[in-house]
Amino acid sequence: MSRYRNVTFLVAILFVQVLGLAVQVKRSGAGEHTRVIRLWTVSAVSPLEKALLWFQNGVGNIWSNYVYLRGVRQENRDLKFEIERLRLEQVRLSDDAQQARRLQALLGFRETYIAKTVAAQVIGTSGSEQSRSIYIDKGTSAGVDKDMAVITADGLVGKVLRAFGSTSQVLLINDQSSGVGVILDKTRLQGVIKGTAAGEVILEKVMTDEQVSPGDRIVTSGGDQIFPKGITVGTVMKVSPGADLFLNIRVKPSASLSRLEEVLVITKKEDRPPSVADSNSVRAVDILTQRLPSVPDKPAADTTQAPDTTKPAAAAPKPQGQAGVNTPAGPSTVQAAKPASSQTAVAPKKASQTAKPAASAPAPAPAPGGSQPASSQPSTGDQPH
Amino acid sequence: MPITYTSQEQVEVYRFHPLTAVLVPLGALFLQAFLPRHFHFFFLFDLPLLVVIFFSVARRSQVAGLLTGSLIGLLQDALTHQPIGMYGIAKTVVGYGASSLGAKLDIENVGARFLVTLFFYAVHEIVYFAVARGLVKLTLEWSWGHEIGGALLNAATAAILFTLLDRLKQRA
Repeated sequence: MSRYRNVTFLVAILFVQVLGLAVQVKRSGAGEHTRVIRLWTVSAVSPLEKALLWFQNGVGNIWSNYVYLRGVRQENRDLKFEIERLRLEQVRLSDDAQQARRLQALLGFRETYIAKTVAAQVIGTSGSEQSRSIYIDKGTSAGVDKDMAVITADGLVGKVLRAFGSTSQVLLINDQSSGVGVILDKTRLQGVIKGTAAGEVILEKVMTDEQVSPGDRIVTSGGDQIFPKGITVGTVMKVSPGADLFLNIRVKPSASLSRLEEVLVITKKEDRPPSVADSNSVRAVDILTQRLPSVPDKPAADTTQAPDTTKPAAAAPKPQGQAGVNTPAGPSTVQAAKPASSQTAVAPKKASQTAKPAASAPAPAPAPGGSQPASSQPSTGDQPH
Repeated sequence: MPITYTSQEQVEVYRFHPLTAVLVPLGALFLQAFLPRHFHFFFLFDLPLLVVIFFSVARRSQVAGLLTGSLIGLLQDALTHQPIGMYGIAKTVVGYGASSLGAKLDIENVGARFLVTLFFYAVHEIVYFAVARGLVKLTLEWSWGHEIGGALLNAATAAILFTLLDRLKQRA
């Protein structure tokens, strides 16, 4: 009997694991609880990851902020030009957005707004190609919970799968078990974004007789109740006929999923009708615009060249200038920069309001998110740059 | 002479300090989770598997081997979002196989270690895919290029890593 002892032991261990797997597979989906072994493993690994990342960031900051400053002057000059260009573009876009919101308000549309976000740093991965998920350094203690959407400035990243005390696991959109309700920006066709075993992203449920072409932008539809509407997901890369009357559409994700460093977790959404006077919430797309660099002090020469609408921005206080090229903008700089730019957006609209009956109903609003008080959106302030 | 057949009496059995037995697998798990964040190609490596092979071969006990494989595999599963047990089963089989081989053969030089790792990497992948497809119904794609590349890379790493880990061995 002792001759077969080891084999018996092997069979017993394998049997227990197979049984455990079968139970998990059967129970998956409905009310799955976090297993103790997951909690222990994450608790053992994540502090090491955080410590190493902290050390790495410290060394990196010393190098980039004190040692390696070549080309910063030129870069600063280029960025100032870019900001000027973007400011003018923002005036135009903001005016369009205000008009659209007035119309939506008149039509009684309801829209999901991002009320609160938490900035988090990616500390690790699952370590397996078959599980495309990452770990972030914020958990339930920071207000992060299961099924919250995770984004970057570039676009959608995924959703929170499990939230631990100070760490969370995020399922990426290129994992084969993920699914996101999306809409094609140009044609307004609805579909579902899924990941494949190879880590690619595909758009499903689009009929073969629909017009989809490479380069088409894809945004979230908001229909899945997890991801707010309007967040960029990616662009169509390749379209080919698939099986069962559906197109086979390959998508290039906007966010660089294999090089994620910092992300934003949407911790609070609000569903209410859009209002041009609304200043407490921002839409999904607006939160991304906040990540633009803040506006620096305008040189005197520029104010003479720029149109009148930019004058309020030029008069904006110091914090704009303090947000240097290499210095991450803190909460004050983000908050301070926005009202200035929002004033530029409001200036041309005020004149038009007198002529338009629709515009006269709600009060003129600044650029979304710009005039948010710090208390209403505390966590966006520490957004990484 | 890469692989030598030795009698049960000739085979040297090693043991490890408890701290080594805990910290080395944990270190492997940590690196496996941390490094792909910076180097995406690191997903090709399977450091926990290499640790299972090393400990199993050195201890030359089948029960110890399968327990080592099972424990490290389950911990690796815990870091993924998939059901716990997929890596556990695969690494249990590898741990048992590696310790059985270690009890019969003397695998102490670089060439032998390269070949043994190559073999057990293949065993691990076959068992993992079988479990993932058969039990969990995952749609995994078997890519020969990917698997052969992974096997060669892990075998080469094992040849170097095992030499370093040899310093932690203690004669039983």
